Amino acid sequence: MIKNLDQIFLLFEHWIVSFLPVAWRPMGAIILSVLAIISIFPALFALTTVFERKGLGRIQNRIGPNRVGPLGIFQPIADGIKSLTKEDIVPTSADGVVHFLAPIVQVLAVFMGFAVLPMGRNMVLADMDAGLLFYFSMGASTELSVFMAGWSSRNKYSLLGAMRAVAQMISYEVTLLLSAVPVVMIAGSLSLTKIVAAQNYYTHGLPHWYIFTPWGLAGFVLYAIATTAETNRSPFDLPEGESELVAGYHTEYSGFKFALFFLGEYLAMFSISGMGATLFFGGWAAPFPFLEWIPSWIWFFSKLMLSIFVFIWLRGTLPRLRQDQLMNFAWKFILPLCLLNVLVTALWHFLGVGWERWVFCSLILALAYVLMGLGGMRGMKVGPRRYRYAE
Amino acid sequence: MLGEGILKGLTETARNFFGSFVSPERLTTVQYPEERIAPFEAARSFPFLVFDAKNPGDDADWLAGLRCVSCHICEKECPPKCIFIEKSKDKKPDALGKQQFYPTRFDIDISVCMSCQICVEVCPFDAIKMNTVFELSTTDRFGGLLLDRQQLAQSNEYYHQIHPTEAAGVDEMRAAEKAKADAKAKAATEAAAKAAAAKAQAAQQPAGGAQS
Repeated sequence: MIKNLDQIFLLFEHWIVSFLPVAWRPMGAIILSVLAIISIFPALFALTTVFERKGLGRIQNRIGPNRVGPLGIFQPIADGIKSLTKEDIVPTSADGVVHFLAPIVQVLAVFMGFAVLPMGRNMVLADMDAGLLFYFSMGASTELSVFMAGWSSRNKYSLLGAMRAVAQMISYEVTLLLSAVPVVMIAGSLSLTKIVAAQNYYTHGLPHWYIFTPWGLAGFVLYAIATTAETNRSPFDLPEGESELVAGYHTEYSGFKFALFFLGEYLAMFSISGMGATLFFGGWAAPFPFLEWIPSWIWFFSKLMLSIFVFIWLRGTLPRLRQDQLMNFAWKFILPLCLLNVLVTALWHFLGVGWERWVFCSLILALAYVLMGLGGMRGMKVGPRRYRYAE
Repeated sequence: MLGEGILKGLTETARNFFGSFVSPERLTTVQYPEERIAPFEAARSFPFLVFDAKNPGDDADWLAGLRCVSCHICEKECPPKCIFIEKSKDKKPDALGKQQFYPTRFDIDISVCMSCQICVEVCPFDAIKMNTVFELSTTDRFGGLLLDRQQLAQSNEYYHQIHPTEAAGVDEMRAAEKAKADAKAKAATEAAAKAAAAKAQAAQQPAGGAQS
């Protein structure tokens, strides 16, 4: 029974596919999985928008949307209808084709990433040997859509936003990849199912997730920072900084095209959160052996939603960075730490099992963090702002 | 240390997040259409015309009680020119009993009005004051936002309701003015009576003189 619940989606798929002629079955199974992915994640997106607004409201001691339906739960439906009925404006001097393609490319590229994510036991659409590589290459191609949008709009704000976005995303792409490298080094595989399998065992009732190692913790923190920047979320939301750039690269988008960008942003958040869970939190694995009866997909999605909550929490807490701060942070702080983390992981591997590697690796990372923090903050005035007025 | 401030901020927002569920007094939002807070006394939205009802509470005689004498000062002073007044041909007595013109048309386009209160400042008759209503949305953005004199007319009691302190001051001033005018009128009538009496006496005397 529990086993069936764990595999319920696969069994359902097999049942539906069994109605098809044998020759069509593999194709039918793939189409069904794709349909499942492209219906579940947008639904999750709709829920997340309302939860985000309510969560941000609570963080600011407000109630948040509570008008449409009980507790405002139907707000995304109203928003969807609104964006569908809005006029779709294309600027006269815009490049029509590219302007039209940009949101589609964005959503497509993001959806491709979901193909290799293992969302539960045996629940992966395409179990590639180089899944991680495929995932990151697809993630990187969203930059193209951002620049397409900014360039084709023929609007200075759009272009500025797109240029910021490309600078930011390329900088953080490097750290994103480097922060995932230690996992590959230890797991010895680029296949995401193998990475999950490598973490999915217990000693003394404790899991072997990579987050519970010094390099894994450091890697996760770096990964989290890089993902926040990569998905253009606050505090790294300069490409769409409302206060300075109207709406950044999607200034000239309205109606459903804008909704697609919005969808793409959230889907990127989901997929990158799912990737984070896969790399550092054991993917669909249960945290304790006695909780293994809960279906694996519930674990995957709860880990995903937890990280979405952290995203929202960060958004409600941190103010936006300045462009030079953002770049300095990426190249002078995150990147060296990422490289150091790769070295530390190698050290961890060659020191062998024992307490020494725990002490050494933790010490090196903590020391590097503290020293680099001190070095970076030297000469920086930290404290309440002092205002100077013209006299 | 690096990151300390972020952790501090995160605890603060987490405290807000969970605190807003446990202690409702944190939530300051007023759920507007269901709940309302009384408007502040100094609040103002758009002008209205004050009238003195003969019997308080009875708004039927709004036209007779209208304080406006159609002097056009507010119309001329209005920066966005949203007031339109048409003077009457005939006259009617005002609160002081003096014969005055009255507006046959008094329109304010509140889609143009910028709530600057200059019309109120310049009115020598305390006839125009600022209202506090704000739910003025309408489906007709031209006719619906052009208020005529009847829509603008509000009783002095209403004025007392929305701006008690200010209205009391105005009433005091008007009462003083009225007392002064009454005294003047009384003096004038007395003087007139005296003059009439003197005249009568004078008229009598020559007659008497002629007799004698």
